[in-house]
Amino acid sequence: MRGKTRTYKGHKGIGDEVKGEALVATDNFSARYDLDRIKGIFSRPQHKLFGKNYVGNILILNIAKGGVATAWMLREMAERGMGPKALILNYANPIMAQGAAFANLPLIDRFDTDITKAIRSGETVEVLPEKGLLRVT
Amino acid sequence: MKLDAHEKAMLAGEEGPARKYAMEQIMRVGRFFDAKDTVRIAQVHLMADPEALGPTGVDFLESLARLPENDRMVRVPTVTDPRGVDFAAYKRLKQTEAQVDLERRAVAAFRSLGIMMTDTCINYQTIMPPVLGEHVAFGDTGSSIYANSVQGARTNFEGGPTALAAALTGRTARYGFHLDERRKGTSLFQVSWRPEDLSEWGALGAVIGRRMGSYWDVPVITGINETPTSDQLKQFGAALASFGSTPLFHMVGITPEAPDLKSVLGRRKPKAARLGRKDVQALVKSYRPKDDKLDVVAFAGPQLSLVEMRMLADLMAGRRIAPHVALLAATSPEIKSACDRMGLTAKIEEAGGTVLSGVCFYQMYAREIGEANGWKRLMSNSAKLVNILGGYGYEPVLATMAQCVESAVRGRIAGGA
Repeated sequence: MRGKTRTYKGHKGIGDEVKGEALVATDNFSARYDLDRIKGIFSRPQHKLFGKNYVGNILILNIAKGGVATAWMLREMAERGMGPKALILNYANPIMAQGAAFANLPLIDRFDTDITKAIRSGETVEVLPEKGLLRVT
Repeated sequence: MKLDAHEKAMLAGEEGPARKYAMEQIMRVGRFFDAKDTVRIAQVHLMADPEALGPTGVDFLESLARLPENDRMVRVPTVTDPRGVDFAAYKRLKQTEAQVDLERRAVAAFRSLGIMMTDTCINYQTIMPPVLGEHVAFGDTGSSIYANSVQGARTNFEGGPTALAAALTGRTARYGFHLDERRKGTSLFQVSWRPEDLSEWGALGAVIGRRMGSYWDVPVITGINETPTSDQLKQFGAALASFGSTPLFHMVGITPEAPDLKSVLGRRKPKAARLGRKDVQALVKSYRPKDDKLDVVAFAGPQLSLVEMRMLADLMAGRRIAPHVALLAATSPEIKSACDRMGLTAKIEEAGGTVLSGVCFYQMYAREIGEANGWKRLMSNSAKLVNILGGYGYEPVLATMAQCVESAVRGRIAGGA
């Protein structure tokens, strides 16, 4: 696979095009339940990314879980410069979409494959929300 | 998305920047979920605690609050979810002046938008219960799942930025659980045992929630033959929504859109998963602590109803909790007022507990107050609360209300927890 560009097609997303390093797990996501947003790390002991810093990463996880607070929190994190660069999920929920829309944070979901298994942490990913595309270079 | 003339005018900014923001927010979300148009909503429940908002969120609200009255007032009845600070109790909880200041600013901004500060997540029990078929924009997972499932109203999880947009326009995007086709059941659970205690109802919701594949998964529950109480369904739904991010369930023979299996499943024939007492016990056990140390007992998530407050007051009357343990019970301002009038607050506080008004434990800077007070080991009868607090640095334990009170009195975890 090395040296070859791979693309993954999802549903049309939210936000602008960005490029960054992937941080991937098969776990789910909630900003309130899973993160220490001040330190910029995963703080839920049961989460596979526990202790990992997510700031500036293309965060790739399975589905949206938990409550509604994430709708406010994504923008709050972004404005402090402590947010992920983009959020990629197999399935978002309205809260993630509302939070991404409010924060102008790139978000894509509904891929033709399990995106958490297709991309590895550390790979460089281009996020193209308008086209619903991920490009791994 | 198809917009009517009024919506187009709002989007163009003809009714000021607040309503322009609102239409833009509604459209971004609507397009993401392929909404064809908007739907009129009758009431809004707004979640916007200061911890979630942060200083930048409060700045945003204040920018709306400074607009002329015509441009800023909400257009449908709008009520608030629990706040982050109980001004009568914040010093005891060691909340900081900065947290309190942020709360004051947020409240002032909401008031100037014409929002009614009910400060409750049990608005469906205490303020204006929605009715069958009513489209609403509810912004707490617990209030959404109860309104959708038990009351047959129609809402998605409307997080703060979109709930506010719905309040300013009287509309939201028509997608998800506003649509008939999304409301059919997708998975089936045959329950062979009826929970009794509220913590068991929550644990059953948690067990099902953990099995949900996504927001769009609608669980159908059969085998509950005796109608649960409002508080039992509240705990069940809150935990299901919290563990599963699930906004709708059907309980066959009990909830209004599920008179029988066929009407709720349509043509789908999902294989039934069997659930019983051992599944619920396994979930409770997964929170069993390694020793009996205890720092704090929290009854919240959702706020307690009058009936739950009465149960707690009866359990605590004439007793005294251990001096090193804090016991907190959160309810709405309306119910707190009733508890004051009926002597329930006095019974709880004379025993050493604290009744909190208009807040909820996890929405009031749980991490910071835990650190400030040295709280780590926490007991609660709410499966939702123990689910959330793991991420906030606590070691949460799930037990019955009676076990929680008994443990608070002994100063260590007691009673099979």
